[in-house]
Amino acid sequence: MKTSVFLGSVAAATLMAGAGMADTLADVKARGELNCGVNTGLVGFAAPDANGNWTGFDVDICKAVAAAVLGDPSKVKYVPTTGQTRFTALSSGEVDILARNSTWTFSRDTDLKLDFVGVNYYDGQGFMVRKDLGVTSAKELDGATICIQTGTTTELNLADYFKANNMAYQPVNIDSNAEGEQQYMAGACDAYTTDASGLAATRAAFADPENHIILPEIISKEPLGPAVRHGDSNWGDVARWTLYALIAAEEYGVTSKNIEELSKSSQNPEVQRLLGVTDDLGAMIGLDKDWAKRAILASGNYGEIFAANIGEQTPIGLARGLNAQWTQGGLMYAMPFR
Amino acid sequence: MTDMSAPANPPFRPSMLIYDRRYRSMTFQVIVFILVMALAWWLVNNTIRNLAALGKDFNFGFLWQRAGYDIPQTPIPYTSDDTHFRAAVVGLLNTLIVSILGCIAATFIGIIAGVARLSNNWLIARLMTVYVEAFRNVPLLLWILIVFAVFTEVMPPPNAFRGDDPSASMILFDHVALTNRYTAIPTLGMTNDPGSLDLGARITFSWATIAFVVVLVAGWIVRRMIGAWAQRVQDQTGSRSTTWWMSLAVMTVPSLLLIWYFGLHMIPPELRGFNFTGGLNVANGLVALWLALTLYTGAFIAEIVRAGILAVSRGQSEAAFALGLRPGRTMNLVILPQALRVIIPPLISQYLNLMKNSSLAIAVGYMDIKGTLGGTTLNQTGRELEAIVLMMGVYLVLSLTISAGMNVFNSRVKLKER
Repeated sequence: MKTSVFLGSVAAATLMAGAGMADTLADVKARGELNCGVNTGLVGFAAPDANGNWTGFDVDICKAVAAAVLGDPSKVKYVPTTGQTRFTALSSGEVDILARNSTWTFSRDTDLKLDFVGVNYYDGQGFMVRKDLGVTSAKELDGATICIQTGTTTELNLADYFKANNMAYQPVNIDSNAEGEQQYMAGACDAYTTDASGLAATRAAFADPENHIILPEIISKEPLGPAVRHGDSNWGDVARWTLYALIAAEEYGVTSKNIEELSKSSQNPEVQRLLGVTDDLGAMIGLDKDWAKRAILASGNYGEIFAANIGEQTPIGLARGLNAQWTQGGLMYAMPFR
Repeated sequence: MTDMSAPANPPFRPSMLIYDRRYRSMTFQVIVFILVMALAWWLVNNTIRNLAALGKDFNFGFLWQRAGYDIPQTPIPYTSDDTHFRAAVVGLLNTLIVSILGCIAATFIGIIAGVARLSNNWLIARLMTVYVEAFRNVPLLLWILIVFAVFTEVMPPPNAFRGDDPSASMILFDHVALTNRYTAIPTLGMTNDPGSLDLGARITFSWATIAFVVVLVAGWIVRRMIGAWAQRVQDQTGSRSTTWWMSLAVMTVPSLLLIWYFGLHMIPPELRGFNFTGGLNVANGLVALWLALTLYTGAFIAEIVRAGILAVSRGQSEAAFALGLRPGRTMNLVILPQALRVIIPPLISQYLNLMKNSSLAIAVGYMDIKGTLGGTTLNQTGRELEAIVLMMGVYLVLSLTISAGMNVFNSRVKLKER
């Protein structure tokens, strides 16, 4: 009996693994729907609204890819994944692309057999505390109880940071952002740590955001980006160049408002190539001429997506900072469309 | 199996494998065996092929890499510089801690509730029915989360104990602080510390603990000898001598002497910085998990105990009453010993269930083996298959060990048939 349970589990694991090996682009087209792995709920990045429609910065990446591949940004099935389940969901073939605030690291890129297709948000790990705690720097957190999402790179950074600064702390391991929020609000931990963008998004959802501060120390580099399975380079190209199309569109001033007009009138050869007016770049990645145009039309270019979901006009209120275009002193740099 | 020597007559024909009753069952067994093996081969082969296609291998080398993460409750010394293996061992010990605590407490609660449910007192019997039905019929995970939420939301944060006029105060003569993170209890200190026994791998055992265990076990053996002696005297002379003060003395005096010798005293927890330090902080995750597991499994054990008691024929208690035994003694001396024979086999499965259910620990941030090996380690190394196979092996070994131990106990109490 025990043996058969064991074999059953192995069978389930293998059948799921088997699904991941095919040509993902063909699979998605045949299915007519993109399976996109997203956060279980992080306002601004990926969260369902009151009507159950997913919105957010990462969700718009899913929409752009769906628009480019299937011609319809609504043909996405959002699969909520936790920090624990996300990579298994991707490698088992449950999702085609993972757009879920995942940090691009060496071991994930190599040993976990993922391929990060780019960076859509340059982030770093920070700490949030209550104002009345009187703490102004992470260096004052010696002996504190800290809520931490288990299975994330932040868990390792936290251990390293406190060790390097010769400080002690008491971790409270939690499974999801919502649970961390609840524990932090109840005072079960002194500080909550995760990516600074996530902290801003979490704080924005509080009833009293003004009573909480994000400490100035950023203790790690967290380049967040969408990931696909290792070994399907063609699908990786589709995802990568869709992301670049959004970034390049902002650089060249192509927005969802003026895109129709620019595709007729623009004399900029790069814009013409991007929008499929002249060269047929889409055919090189197995798509049609208008793929990038549809991707940009889905929710706008990178700058529009940023401003609509997490920018300074939203409750989350993140400045562009490192995520500005390279021409504006940031790190967002699309490779040439040629 | 098929080469069983056929009887001399009639001569063997292949059709006899199906039509002859002597061979038929053997034929079917062989066929089923081959099918099961083929299925097993297909599954294993499929796994290997798929892993190869994903570019992953099956190896446990990751266990010796640096873990890099911290664990809140570490029964043995552990830092983030230790290996994933040590993290898994820490998780395993945490699983054992909550399982053993849970089994002991659930047995107590189960027996009390089971007996009380049969009480002639209408109110007590109905109250126990409510308890059993409420806990048996609501999923365990919900109970764990509810208990944990109550602790987190109702208890004051450590901050509330600060200042000249704190809003919360410690209980039991300033020795215990109930907070929404943990229960801070005093630790034991010694003025005359005999040091520790080093078992290697940074695992140590205090000589003082060993001394107490030795003294208590020896005291218990002597107590049994006193009892046997009293029985002998009673058999010979018919009068039983008073032994309770002797038993009490052997059980307590050596321990008291040890306490005096080691200079054992309590170090109360003290609020310093963000948290209580100096004492022992028992995380609410552990308390909530322990409480929920105990009450949940206790409800099932109560039903088992009730069934066991009802299985003892009514004549037994009537006979005991006729002899003039009071109800309490009837229960302890006549009913329960016989009921145990019915109770223990299903009790084993409840212990196994409790141990396996403790893997829900991650819901309250208690890092058991599912939280370390099957959680953070699995996630950081991406070795799903290895970690899960290892974890299944661990739970299997734990279950079989509990089973074996309880079976030995069962064979001691069961009816001796001669």
